[in-house]
Amino acid sequence: MIEGAKWRRWVFFYIPLGVFVFVLLFPFYWMMVTTVRPDSELYRPWMAPNYTPFWTLHPTLEHIQYLLGETLFSTWMWNTLLISIVATIISVFCGLLAGYALSRLHFPFAGSLGTGIFITYLVPQTLLFIPLADIIRNFRLGDTPWALILTYPTFLIPFCTWLLMGYFKAIPRELEECARIDGATRWKAMVYIVFPVAVPGILSAGIFAFTLSWNEFIYALVFLSSPAQKTVPVGVTSELIRGDVFYWGPLMAGALLGSIPVAIIYSFFVEHYVAGVTGAVKG
Amino acid sequence: MARVLLHNLNKMFDGVHAVKDVNLEIRDKEFVVLVGPSGCGKTTTLRMVAGLESITSGDVLIGDTVVNNLPPMDRDIAMVFQNYALYPHMTVYDNMAFGLKMRKFERTEIGTRVQEAAEILGIQNLLKRKPRQLSGGQRQRVALGRAIVRHPRVFLFDEPLSNLDAKLRVQMRVELKKLHTRLNTTAIYVTHDQVEAMTLGDRVVVMRDGVVQQVGEPLELYNAPVNRFVAGFLGSPGMNFAAVRVSGEKDALRAHKPGFGIEVPPELAPRLAPYVERDVTVGIRPEDLHLSNGSDAAGLCFDAVVEVVEKLGSEILLDLQVGDQTMVAAVEPTVRAKRGDKLRFVVRPDRLHFFDKASEAAI
Repeated sequence: MIEGAKWRRWVFFYIPLGVFVFVLLFPFYWMMVTTVRPDSELYRPWMAPNYTPFWTLHPTLEHIQYLLGETLFSTWMWNTLLISIVATIISVFCGLLAGYALSRLHFPFAGSLGTGIFITYLVPQTLLFIPLADIIRNFRLGDTPWALILTYPTFLIPFCTWLLMGYFKAIPRELEECARIDGATRWKAMVYIVFPVAVPGILSAGIFAFTLSWNEFIYALVFLSSPAQKTVPVGVTSELIRGDVFYWGPLMAGALLGSIPVAIIYSFFVEHYVAGVTGAVKG
Repeated sequence: MARVLLHNLNKMFDGVHAVKDVNLEIRDKEFVVLVGPSGCGKTTTLRMVAGLESITSGDVLIGDTVVNNLPPMDRDIAMVFQNYALYPHMTVYDNMAFGLKMRKFERTEIGTRVQEAAEILGIQNLLKRKPRQLSGGQRQRVALGRAIVRHPRVFLFDEPLSNLDAKLRVQMRVELKKLHTRLNTTAIYVTHDQVEAMTLGDRVVVMRDGVVQQVGEPLELYNAPVNRFVAGFLGSPGMNFAAVRVSGEKDALRAHKPGFGIEVPPELAPRLAPYVERDVTVGIRPEDLHLSNGSDAAGLCFDAVVEVVEKLGSEILLDLQVGDQTMVAAVEPTVRAKRGDKLRFVVRPDRLHFFDKASEAAI
């Protein structure tokens, strides 16, 4: 907290915080308002006398009904969920083992390998999708969930590895050494001591990985083509923008419903997640 | 119960020779303390015994077995770490039971052993707590408990008291000593604190730069240090050193420098004879400097000016200026001295130490 006079607290704390919160939350508010606004209000010209862009007096569920009834939205949700969960599990598992090895085991080129993994994370997806598309085609995985389940780890594993590597480094080495003196093999010490202590780190790696896969756009756009295979971000944008016609209501409804699972996950694990990102290990 | 034997033990870390040819026999049931300044190789030596550090060359024997290539779990040892290394996600009970569970003990046996250890350490009421709910002293006890439930052949302690505050440290020191008497198990204890070393050790090993300087019982080390390093490391405040020149004839040698000079006691004369007209280092412990009452032999007296008076209660420390040299004297608390006083001190002739100037070995 900032010490001193009241005005200082307002100028340096409350006002910047307020601006920040507003900037972050306004898009969500806009999304919600647009979702429940009837079409007659949505397409009303801005100079009309009863133009009220920031609220609506006639909320409606027609856009949500349209989204769930007339589009494949529930299929997209299911696709996204499946792909995200499987990709996350694969990535966290690999990241866990790789992160542990890179932070704890001494082997030649451990350092350069760590840097190498990080560099692969820096290669933009917008470049990587071209060679990956070729691979997907060769393995005949196009237009199946596997196209994404197997390609998402290409950016998720480096990410999880790095996050967990940092976390493992923060766990006192003595814990493990003590376990090994106590009679645990390296593997048991890892499973019974290091991983339980690293739960906050593992959770935040998982949450991040899940969010990244949930929001992923370009691979999903390129590797999937039939509407029934699409994920939420691609499905909503490709099926609800037809030519130059934007179906604003269902679009926003799709965005709103699509962001709910991630919001739920974050709110459940927020404490662990913060501890994981700040690398706090309570001894 | 087992002896531990270190034979020509060496450790190289990326070109740094951390432990050099350490030879040491730790007898069965003995409490041996490795002491030295940080970076002297004491912890590395301990970790090699534990199996946490690979051995570059030489052997470690526990009992009669060479354990060089045994993993830590198979050495039948227990170790207490400086930061306690309690498993934060387990209760105190589970912390203590972990080693037994890993070794597939019966549940009832585990329960009995944990209870027994908890009673010895007075932590029965803490068994359900998590480590973060404990104070430093309690964590220390749990760490000890975790070590003793296993009834290992050797206990290893790596500066276990350094994270405690001063008062608790003294208390735990006494408890450790009692615990050792009760358990009667071989123990190797690493510390940088010479007081801990002197009070806990049956024998003390002083190390510097990876080399064992001297091994012996605490008082042996204190009274007959083999070199200037051991002399200066043990004792608080440390020994006073002065570079002096030896001169005179066979039976009447004097060690002197401007402003300071003493007669060499006859029993030391033969050993100092080769050093006539050469420089040596004289060492005098602060408690061996006494105020002269006038009747002392003049040859053992010198004058000093009081610079600082430190009243500790049980004794008074006087920081003295002797010629161009500073010295510390520990005197009776009844002495009334103040800054600037010129006092006459006498040294006990049998308590003088002489060291070769170049090799620093005791003469």
